[in-house]
Amino acid sequence: MTVTLFIPCYIDLFYPRVGMAMVRILEKLGHKIVCPESPACCGQPAFNTGYWDESRALAVKVLDQLKDAEVVVIPSGSCGAMIKVFYPVLFAGSPQETLAKEVSGKCYEFAQFLVDKLGVTDLGAKFPHRVTYHDGCHSLREMNIYEAPRKLLQHVAGLELVEMRQIVCCGFGGTFSAKFPAISTAMGEVKCDLAAETNAEYIVSSDSSCLMHIQGLIDRQRRKLKTIHLAEVLASDL
Amino acid sequence: MSTAAAKFKKDVRRVTADLHHRRIINTALDGYAVKRDQKKSLFQDWAGARRLAAATKYEAINGLDRCLEQFVRGLEARGAKVHWASTGQQACEIIVDILKRRNARSVVKSKAMTAEEIHLNAALERAGLDVVETDLGEFIVQLRDEPPYHIVFPAMHLTRGEIQETFRKRLGDAPSDNPEELTMVARRVLRQKYIQADAGITGANFAVADVGLISLTENEGNARLTGALPKTMITLVGIEKVIPRLEDLALFLPMLATVGAGQLISGYNTLYGGPRQPGEPDGPEEYHVVLLDNNRTRLLADAEKRDTLHCIRCGSCLNVCPIFRNIGGHSYGTTYCGPIGAVLTPVLKGLEEWKHLPYASSLCGACTEACPVAIDLHHHLLEHRRAAASAKPSWWQKLAFKLFAPVAASKLLWALVTKSGRIGQKLHPIVLGTRLDPAYVWTHTRDLPPIAKTTFKEWWRRTRS
Repeated sequence: MTVTLFIPCYIDLFYPRVGMAMVRILEKLGHKIVCPESPACCGQPAFNTGYWDESRALAVKVLDQLKDAEVVVIPSGSCGAMIKVFYPVLFAGSPQETLAKEVSGKCYEFAQFLVDKLGVTDLGAKFPHRVTYHDGCHSLREMNIYEAPRKLLQHVAGLELVEMRQIVCCGFGGTFSAKFPAISTAMGEVKCDLAAETNAEYIVSSDSSCLMHIQGLIDRQRRKLKTIHLAEVLASDL
Repeated sequence: MSTAAAKFKKDVRRVTADLHHRRIINTALDGYAVKRDQKKSLFQDWAGARRLAAATKYEAINGLDRCLEQFVRGLEARGAKVHWASTGQQACEIIVDILKRRNARSVVKSKAMTAEEIHLNAALERAGLDVVETDLGEFIVQLRDEPPYHIVFPAMHLTRGEIQETFRKRLGDAPSDNPEELTMVARRVLRQKYIQADAGITGANFAVADVGLISLTENEGNARLTGALPKTMITLVGIEKVIPRLEDLALFLPMLATVGAGQLISGYNTLYGGPRQPGEPDGPEEYHVVLLDNNRTRLLADAEKRDTLHCIRCGSCLNVCPIFRNIGGHSYGTTYCGPIGAVLTPVLKGLEEWKHLPYASSLCGACTEACPVAIDLHHHLLEHRRAAASAKPSWWQKLAFKLFAPVAASKLLWALVTKSGRIGQKLHPIVLGTRLDPAYVWTHTRDLPPIAKTTFKEWWRRTRS
């Protein structure tokens, strides 16, 4: 299968190893990887802030790049939800409506793609650590992804998965984290406390944007936790 | 920034840093969540119950005119007097007029968010009436001159020590911080008030259309006394409270108790239909029902947000909301707090003044998931943002997003951003921790990751293209 990757801006700039891990995994599974070099962003920040025209200006370019793809795979439930769930809303009643729906139909978040589309749960990875999993809210509630990342983690050799006692937002929320930093930070602290209760070494997630916020807090507050993207865990022994 | 927004930001900074507050609220709501989930698991099919509840409220709201007419006919047939109020002010005037005509001086009131919405107590006090809240939580916050903190748990932010202190100051009687003893103090005070009261005012949980009855749910028996003892009873009802049939209560009463307070069924569920009928031993001589619009018809006219009229005021969206749990009910500065408040307030009180509430959300969707009548709460927040940005865009945000689009869309410009970002980060330590830092809103509390030595796109170009 030819897999077209959509690499979110923050993965490109801050966490390229997440994209590289994903490429390694998908190539190992025998797929051909294509990656459009631009656009660098799906347009979600403008969309979530209410500036739909400005968001559309970017989103049309994304649609154009993805229109011929066989499948689109995104290492983020948040940007994934933007393209899969919100593009059809953003383009409703516009000339791109049909195209937006077409692209939506072939768009997958990474864990969802492996488990639900490819039927792969065991990648032969090894990660001898105690971890807890953070559900990005867009993964969980817009893309309805809950089982897929957990199935993948359960097949990682040496990995012990401990659930937090509560599923709750980490407080990132895109532009929200800059508009209301006090609330965002408090939410992040609650998240870190919940993760710390599990005695996990790592918080694993499918969303680097959540992890950027969580890790930023961990570093500032010198907490013991570490964060890592699911793709990096799965590629750890490849 | 609007006055409300400035106050909100200030209050939020204070409350989010208050770790005592964070502990109290999280402990209380974690306890609630355990009980709620136990009771939810007793439903054979919770998802199905939710769908049915949403469909039933849809039926009521989309046939609101017919439901209300039927409801009023039933009430009037039993001798109740029905009043229609377009605004909160009208509703207050109607209620004050009734009380004056009845020569009432002392009023007991059971819990009603609708009364909070229209600031009824203030209107009654201005008219020289003595009004006392009889729900224990509401009684406590009334003594403290505070609005309710939460739709269902008005005094959940207070410790028993704080309540003891309040009773000592305001009632001169607080033997200990033991909840039972404090309740006995409140009971002694309130019993006198019931006996003296000339009128009782209640809210309504449901207005049952086919039989013309008001359904009232409570746990303390205070609403029953409010309705049974005084000679005049007044019920204030938002017009959205209708449900089509009496049998619908078989779903809504356990559902409200489950998500509202983690109970199988609330302690007292009473139906009111009119004044005392011949042969009845108790009940008021006069029964008035005030139906309140106060911009609800504006929501009705808005096909996108009409489902917000399905709300049964259970408070479950507040309980799961990480924003509410961290900023608390009072920070919202408005009657309805939490996610439902952030959706309703801009419609009820004006988008421009209150648009900060829809923006103060990570759009996590926990509210929508928790809502028993499946209101699409977090997507309504998104729509509010869009409406706010269209009505009065922020010039600098619009410009930033306008400029960002071509940059993010161009391979060349993005590469330039990457390179200049690296240079910028080298210089960053000079301003880090100061207000001159352009990333201050982030870096004030969080570290910023460095731009990678090789970005993904650079790596891809080098190895794959």
